[in-house]
Amino acid sequence: MPDVPSLFYTFHFYLFGLVAMASAVVFVTRRSPVSAAMWLVVVMFSLAALYVMLDAQFIGVIQVLVYAGAIMVVFLFVIMLLNLGHPAELADARGLWWKLAAGAVGLGLVAELFTLVRGATAAPYTLPAGYAAQQVAAEGAIAPVAGPLFHEYLLAFEVTSVVLLAAIVGAVVLGKRRADAR
Amino acid sequence: MLAESLFFSAVLFSIGVIGVLTRRNAIIVFMCVELMLNAVNLTFVAFARVYGAGGQVFVFLVMTVAAAEAAVGLAIIIALFRHRHTVDLQNINLLKG
Repeated sequence: MPDVPSLFYTFHFYLFGLVAMASAVVFVTRRSPVSAAMWLVVVMFSLAALYVMLDAQFIGVIQVLVYAGAIMVVFLFVIMLLNLGHPAELADARGLWWKLAAGAVGLGLVAELFTLVRGATAAPYTLPAGYAAQQVAAEGAIAPVAGPLFHEYLLAFEVTSVVLLAAIVGAVVLGKRRADAR
Repeated sequence: MLAESLFFSAVLFSIGVIGVLTRRNAIIVFMCVELMLNAVNLTFVAFARVYGAGGQVFVFLVMTVAAAEAAVGLAIIIALFRHRHTVDLQNINLLKG
């Protein structure tokens, strides 16, 4: 990516961002959990495209494989197992006060984050423009992530395996039907 | 592209918060949490481009925790459904004072 992004790049960056935001709005307003899940998959694919455009190709691939591929399939399996695909049975959406509270919180968050967006980044710590793209061109897409992952963040990486093990055991125990239940 | 990424991320996160507060279906609330995690990941990736690839490592760890959280959370929802035969959060109020 050059210093000044090309029109092609800018257009597609905005396109994927707008697709992500529009699909997120549609996702939140769907009554049926299945169509909500499908719209969330659209959001995740748009985000994967944005990751690739931001020189994080490895993260983009992982996003498609893990998030859109694995996590959403688990969600759809649970919807299928509990037979929740019929929107008519579910009186959805909370009352007026909850909606007002949600609107206030949403507006507050948007205002706060807009202020953050406008703030300048600390110049001494920033990398030169186009550094990430050069790094990917020189070392490939995975090495820039793998380096810090197995040096500075090795302990966090190892602890992650314990978290996953605990989650697996917890999910099995919670999901198991008790022997004396019936 | 940093400002644009932060803008998209802010909007997506706020949509997730609004979804958590307004929806009553536990599974959709859970998916809104995933949307919020995704919005934060976009921020990490955008900053990783400016401050170095360490941010992408954080995205990696967030995704792992999200996978673990999805597994445990959905198991809780299944256990809840077995007891109460509903995923409507309005009817799940055992801890309400």
